[in-house]
Amino acid sequence: MDELMSDVMEPVMGEEGCLPGCLTGKGCLIYIVIIAIVAFLTTKLPVVMPEISLPAEPVFTIPGVGFAVTNTLLATWLTMLLLTVGSIAVTRNLNMVPSGLQNLVEWGLGVLLGLAESVAGERGRKFFPLVATIFIFLLVSNWMGIVPGFASVGLIHEAPHGGHEVHQVSVLGLNLNILQAAEVGEDDTGWTVFSFLRSAATDLNTPLALALISVVMTQVVGYQAQGLRYFSKFISFKDVLGLIVGPLEAVSELAKIISFSFRLFGNVFAGEVLLAVLAFIVPYLVSIPFFALELFVGLMQAFVFAMLTLVFMAMATMGHGSEGEEH
Amino acid sequence: MAAGDLIEFGKLLGAGLAMGLGAIGPGIGIGLLGAGAMQAIGRNPEATGQIQINMMLGIVFAEAVAIYALVAALIIKFV
Repeated sequence: MDELMSDVMEPVMGEEGCLPGCLTGKGCLIYIVIIAIVAFLTTKLPVVMPEISLPAEPVFTIPGVGFAVTNTLLATWLTMLLLTVGSIAVTRNLNMVPSGLQNLVEWGLGVLLGLAESVAGERGRKFFPLVATIFIFLLVSNWMGIVPGFASVGLIHEAPHGGHEVHQVSVLGLNLNILQAAEVGEDDTGWTVFSFLRSAATDLNTPLALALISVVMTQVVGYQAQGLRYFSKFISFKDVLGLIVGPLEAVSELAKIISFSFRLFGNVFAGEVLLAVLAFIVPYLVSIPFFALELFVGLMQAFVFAMLTLVFMAMATMGHGSEGEEH
Repeated sequence: MAAGDLIEFGKLLGAGLAMGLGAIGPGIGIGLLGAGAMQAIGRNPEATGQIQINMMLGIVFAEAVAIYALVAALIIKFV
């Protein structure tokens, strides 16, 4: 350890004064202490290779109905609860001159509304409630999913194959089972964690539901704006070209559902897997910058989902001839 | 080699190929987007903010293709 310390400190200790970002003796010591603590933790509490499963794990089943409540569904409900309670708390006593939380929320909504109106023009105000709801919901659920501890506390279940050993510890009279890094052999029963919560968008059902809402509402908005003329996009007997292009348009509406849902699901799920695997490869430290990346990805995916909904709606309200490219 | 091993071999190879080949296109696409945006910023530095937002959107679309490949690879590997 001493040798390492002198190695690290030598190039910076000799210089007089300290430029921003350089290591002083004290700062260097702090880093070494952090690394030592992490090294100690890695031996005492090794990070378990996570069981990666595509479908969401059921937490409990509602008796009688037989409806399995999965951990992603619980996370969705938690997001809804958070947003509901949050909006009630913000709007409880409104002032003409906003301050504090109200000011922040008004600023955020103002930015979103300005964006919606710059993309969709006058109709932006009409599309705004749905689009902003999608954005805020996805933002909260994506960011909630990367809170440390969110997806790592749960009940231990028997693993379908493979699995880990379990170590029982007693904390304040409670018996807690902690999963060990060691994997069990082929013949023994292994254990795995079914966490209570898991980021809502890591279950394909959530993005699919949002995509269906978005695409169906696009048709509704198009019908409201253009009447029956809107459907001449899909079925047209005016000329040969319309006959051929119509079905293509219909297929592209269906493809929107797939691309919406898989983009969101893939990004969020890949993010979770990335964080879990990185934490397993190099425990505790290396995943920290990737948390920042995941914050960015969560924001970007929420933004893209909402933005595309807005753009498709704006396109549906405009008549023929002004259709942009499809994604 | 048992039949199960052969299936496992195929799965691993398939997942790797799906992700690797699927990342080529988006890689080129994101590179072109970045290059274009840098040139645009170089020509017109005042428009940096607007260009960056549009570049981000473009990158997200290009990246989505790689994400589809990733989903395919994950499904091959884990389902």
